[in-house]
Amino acid sequence: MTKDDCKKLVLDIIADIAPDEDLTNVKSDVRLRDQLQLDSMDFLDIVMELRKRHGIEVPEADYLQLASLDSCAEYLTPKFNALPVKG
Amino acid sequence: MNARSHYDVVIIGAGMAGLAAGIRLAHFGRQVCIFERHNAVGGLNGFYSRDGRRYDVGLHALTNYVPPGVKGTPLTKLLRQLRIDRDEFALRGQLGSRIAFGPGAADLRFTNDFQVLEAEVARAFPAQIDGFRALVAAVRAHDEVSLDAAPASAREVVRRHLTDPLLEDMLFCPVMFYGSPTERDMDFSQFVILFKALFLEGFARPAEGVRRILRVLLAKYREAGGERRMKCGVRRIVLREGRAAGVELDDGAVITADHVLSSVGAPETEALLSAGGLPTPRPTEPGRLSFVETITVLDRAPAALGWSGDTIVFFSEGRNFDYACPVAPVDVRSGVICFPNNFAYDAGEALAEGWFRVTSLARPEDWMAWPEPEYRARKQEWFGAVQASARRFLPAVPNAELAAATVATDMFTPRTITRFTGHQRGAVYGSGVKHRRGLTAAPNVYLCGTDQGFLGIVGAMLSGISMANHHILQRG
Repeated sequence: MTKDDCKKLVLDIIADIAPDEDLTNVKSDVRLRDQLQLDSMDFLDIVMELRKRHGIEVPEADYLQLASLDSCAEYLTPKFNALPVKG
Repeated sequence: MNARSHYDVVIIGAGMAGLAAGIRLAHFGRQVCIFERHNAVGGLNGFYSRDGRRYDVGLHALTNYVPPGVKGTPLTKLLRQLRIDRDEFALRGQLGSRIAFGPGAADLRFTNDFQVLEAEVARAFPAQIDGFRALVAAVRAHDEVSLDAAPASAREVVRRHLTDPLLEDMLFCPVMFYGSPTERDMDFSQFVILFKALFLEGFARPAEGVRRILRVLLAKYREAGGERRMKCGVRRIVLREGRAAGVELDDGAVITADHVLSSVGAPETEALLSAGGLPTPRPTEPGRLSFVETITVLDRAPAALGWSGDTIVFFSEGRNFDYACPVAPVDVRSGVICFPNNFAYDAGEALAEGWFRVTSLARPEDWMAWPEPEYRARKQEWFGAVQASARRFLPAVPNAELAAATVATDMFTPRTITRFTGHQRGAVYGSGVKHRRGLTAAPNVYLCGTDQGFLGIVGAMLSGISMANHHILQRG
C-alpha cells in the first residue's frame, strides 16, 4: 500500500463518519481539526473504524499521529503493510 | 429462533438511550441484546394505538433542532455517531412558540431563530436585556456535558444576571417543563443543556411523530446486527463476586453478559442490583415530578379554530411559576400546550386530524392509589380542568365549537407512565440526582438515559452513545 492509498482509506472513513463535511479540498499537510469540524468523538470513531474495517490498532498514546492526512499516512501505512495478506 | 444465552452486552430497556447505545455497540461488532418488558419500543417516548388512532407519548417536539449545515451541536453529534442521514428523521421546524404568564402579565415569543427571543426580551423587559445577553454568554460558554461538572444552583446563576423575577420565572418555565427532574431549582449544567436545546437550538418534529425516529433507530440497530427481545423484562441482575454475571428475565431464564447497560433509571437499576444481592449503600431517591397530559383529537386543523400561530405554549397563572409536585392531583395553574399540526410540514405531509395536547404537573400518589372506577372518573374531571386552564392562554374558541370539532380524547397520568416505563412514581425526568459517569454499585453495570443526566430525546440518545463509548468501546 502507498501513502496515497492510505490517505484515501482514511478519507473514506471520515466521509462515512461525517457525511456533512465537504472533503473535496482537504489539505494533506494541515491538521484535520483545523479544516473540518471533527471533535474528540469523531476521532475516536476514526480509530474504531480502522480497527473494525482493517484490523489496525491505534493505542491511545498514538492518537496525535492522526492529526493530518500526512501524519496518518506516515503512521498507518507501515501498519497496513505489516498486516497479513488476505487470501 | 436460536436465542443466545450469552452476550457481550445486555441492554435493559428499548427507549431512545438503549437503542442508541445498542446501535453503537452492534456497529462495532459487539454481540448485544436489548431486553424490553413492554411490547413496544420507545420507553418515555413511545406511542400507542387506541381505536385505530396512534397517539405519541412524551414527544411534543424534538428539541436541539438545528438546520442543515450547523455543526458541533448535540443533534449533529448524534447523527454522526449513529451514521444517520439527517433526512431520515424528516424533521420539520416549528412555526413559533410562546411563554405566556398571566394571562396578560407578559408574553415572550420564540422560534428556531434565537434573535426572536432576544428581541422579545428587549421589548417586554427593556431594563433586563443587558443581563439577559450576559446570561446567554454564560450559557454558551458553559461545558454542560462534562462528566465531572460540579453542581451549581441554576437560580443563583440566573439571578446574577437578571433582577426581574417575572423574566426569571418565564425562562425557567419551559426549561423546567421540558426536563427538570428537581423542584423549583435545578443544576446549572442541566439548565444549560435545556436552554441550548430549546432556545439556542430549537423545536422540530417529523410528520409521523416519534414513530419515524424509532423506526430509523430500529432499522439501524437491526442492520448492525443487534438483537432485541420484547415482552421480556429483567427482574434482577445476577451477581458473582460483586460483578454482574448477567440478568434474570421475568420468566426465570438467565442470560449471561460481560457488561450490563441499564436505561431504566437509577433507583430502578439499584432495585435490580439489590434483588441480585448487591444493595446500593446510599440509594437514589426517585424523582418527585410527574405529569398528566390531555389529548384532544379534532376533525379539523387547530388553525381552523384560530389556533394557528403557536407550536408550543408554556403557560403559568399570574406572575409566578411553581414547578413542584402539587398538593392536588393536578396543578392546573401552569402547563404546556402543544399543537403537533403547527410545524412547517412539506406539501402532502399535513396531519390528517387536528391535535391539541396539554401537559400539567400531577401528584403521583393520588393517581396510583385510586381504584379503577374512581381513577376513570377523576381522569374525566381533571381533563376538563386542565383543558379549561390552558385555553385561557389561547385565542378564545366557544365551548360548543370545540366540542363539535372534538372526535376523540385521551389522557395519560402518572399511573400510565409507570405502567409503560417502569419509572417509580411516574417520574418522567427520573431522579433529582444524576449519575454523570453512569456508575453503579457493580463495576460492569452502567446507567444510561434519563438518570445519567443528558436531557430531552436527543440527550437520551447521546447518553446511550456516551456511556457505550466511555465504558465499553473505548476500553477496546
